[in-house]
Amino acid sequence: MVLISWLKRSWLQALAHATGLLPLAWLIWDHLHGAFIVDPVREITTRTGRTALVLLVLSLACTPIHTLLGLKSVLRVRRGLGLYAFLYVALHFLTFAGLDYRFQWDLLGPAIFDQLYVLPGFAAGLILLVLAITSARGWQKRLGRNWKRLHRLVYLAGILAIVHFLWLVKDTGEPLRYGAIVALLLILRVPRVREAVSNVRR
Amino acid sequence: MPKISPSDITPEHAYLSRRSFMAGMGALLVSSVALSACGGQDPTPGPAPATMPPSPSANTDELGQRLTSYEAVSNYNNFYEFSLRKEDVARLARDFKTSPWTVEVAGLVHNPKTFGLEDLLAFTQEERVYRLRCVEAWSMVIPWLGFPLARLLKEVEPMTKARYVRFETLYDPEQMPGQKSPFYGWPYVEGLRLDEAMHELTILATGLYGSPLLPQNGAPVRLVVPWKYGFKSIKSIVRIELVEEMPVSLWMASAPREYGFFANVNPEVSHPRWSQATERLIGEGKRIRTTLFNGYGEQVAHLYEGMDLSQWY
Repeated sequence: MVLISWLKRSWLQALAHATGLLPLAWLIWDHLHGAFIVDPVREITTRTGRTALVLLVLSLACTPIHTLLGLKSVLRVRRGLGLYAFLYVALHFLTFAGLDYRFQWDLLGPAIFDQLYVLPGFAAGLILLVLAITSARGWQKRLGRNWKRLHRLVYLAGILAIVHFLWLVKDTGEPLRYGAIVALLLILRVPRVREAVSNVRR
Repeated sequence: MPKISPSDITPEHAYLSRRSFMAGMGALLVSSVALSACGGQDPTPGPAPATMPPSPSANTDELGQRLTSYEAVSNYNNFYEFSLRKEDVARLARDFKTSPWTVEVAGLVHNPKTFGLEDLLAFTQEERVYRLRCVEAWSMVIPWLGFPLARLLKEVEPMTKARYVRFETLYDPEQMPGQKSPFYGWPYVEGLRLDEAMHELTILATGLYGSPLLPQNGAPVRLVVPWKYGFKSIKSIVRIELVEEMPVSLWMASAPREYGFFANVNPEVSHPRWSQATERLIGEGKRIRTTLFNGYGEQVAHLYEGMDLSQWY
């Protein structure tokens, strides 16, 4: 009963938690059932990376949905989605460093810094790390006005993630589709565009 | 420069005709002979995985690297004519028609000829255990069945003008749905300089692991050039043409800055977007350092003497 009334009040949060946790559960399930027969490292790397991007896009979509559609409740899941995105970024990096390169530092250094496609991903990951740490309320208070400025770096992280994706594939179709969505979500934040679109709505 | 003889790659005792492979004759005997010839190996062959067809003659390449499992070789394929997803190719290629099949050999030759598959199989087939290094920085070790391309080229008698060999894959969008994609200039085209094509290591493969090629591996006949990135080893060939000018491959046409004509495996020359310093050996769960010419430098380095390999990538 408690659960049902919580779900009624907070169905959106429940949905956000499910969106954040189910891909991980699915990945573990697939791994345990031997779905990754040939190249599990690549499979885990691409799945955690793709999930991180999807969650980052969802978190970036919250603000425009609020301003354009007036749905206030989405703002309550924005931080959670961002943190889940960071969870998958962390898993993605650990897969790369640990499962793929086995923490062989002599190989790992060049692998990160000499590979064009890795750099934007690595930078996006560092940004999300800082944002994840400072997402706690304490930091929010401590940083005051600067907190908002700092957290605008998430736009940069979104762009870097797309560049990372674009540079690692031979076929650019999928990253370009995600890129279009990220571009739209960023354009909708431009004050003039935002006003124009919300005027149309009224 | 020492000339490579086939016995440097696969022990001579292991030279068996395709038919005796298919019959699976004395597979165990052959593998123990091959292993003792490799030296320092445990002479007892391990139990074969359940999915493995007739046994290959060796369990490792000449460097002692274990063969990639048949399951991996036949389920992890870059074959954009079917799918961009390596795991989907086997399923989508299942019904690919490989018979009847002909390979037209034409261009600057005195004796142009169209080979049926049976003509190609009439060349003495031998096993070659080669490392395959993909430009995406993964690799496999595969026991191919096939014959040196040089033998086929000698039959058609290249003219002295001929300097390059151009290869073409079947164009049939009905069977190969990937060819409906407008992003690539189908059909798939690849090329070799004539001396590369005539090199003893360059083979036309018709099988692997002692069985005929599966569609996902480029059935019924494909090129294998072990010192170059995998995309040079063009699959499902229907046309071979001797030409004077350097052919433009599909990858050169679609991304000239990223894919050159030579595509020799080289850890020092990075792809513009990723490093080629290391590779993930499929099935071994480990990353190894990539070697120049994929470890075949002794046999092929002389082909590129005086060439700046970072310019001719």
